[in-house]
Amino acid sequence: MKSHLLLQVLARYLIPLILLFAFYVQFHGDFSPGGGFQAGAIFSAAMVFYLLAFGLPAAERVLPPSWLRILACFGLLLYAGTGLVDVLLGGEFLNYSVMAKTPLEGQHIGIILIEIGVGMTVASTLTLIFYAFAHWSRLP
Amino acid sequence: MMWEGLSALLLFAGALLGLAGAMGLHRFPDFYTRLHALGMTDSLCAFLVLAGLALQEGLTLASLKLGLIFGFLFFTNPTSSYALGHAARQAGLPPMETKHD
Repeated sequence: MKSHLLLQVLARYLIPLILLFAFYVQFHGDFSPGGGFQAGAIFSAAMVFYLLAFGLPAAERVLPPSWLRILACFGLLLYAGTGLVDVLLGGEFLNYSVMAKTPLEGQHIGIILIEIGVGMTVASTLTLIFYAFAHWSRLP
Repeated sequence: MMWEGLSALLLFAGALLGLAGAMGLHRFPDFYTRLHALGMTDSLCAFLVLAGLALQEGLTLASLKLGLIFGFLFFTNPTSSYALGHAARQAGLPPMETKHD
């Protein structure tokens, strides 16, 4: 891994910035272009960069695949659960207007919740796919 | 008025460099020469285009963001060229040899 020194030095400075930008896109998504899917893709791009610079074992120590599987399922659960909570509160599936006192506030809460779910699922699934590719390329 | 002209000049030069890089990618014979064409032109092309846009914008938040994008490209562009060339070398891709008559 010594030959990857240049990449590793750059990764040390860039990966925090990329992760920060992913969170910016995630939480600014309801005011500007962006949202869960884009944020998840950027987040997993940071993980792909980490894997390329430091290798598969190190990446799997940072974000173990077992955690990622749980995270992917939890994101989907958050999305569907938000919809079901709306049903329980007396609205239709994914009708956020019933989630707070005023419809506007409810829409705000609902969209942020499902975007977090989307972001978690996309980030962990894309990272898992890349892990699978990396494992595959190591086969004899 | 002067800034407008300078900005147009920079944008045109950037577009020209981008075109040169694309032509190099299309016309050069093997992987390393193509990488050379793109890696050389791309950083300067990005700088010229971003500087041209920043001149149109003046000193605002948008031009600060353009500067940040330039900083990002300034570090990532050469590194990606290096990583590509290095990977090709390690995978054993031989450079094309010139024929001496």
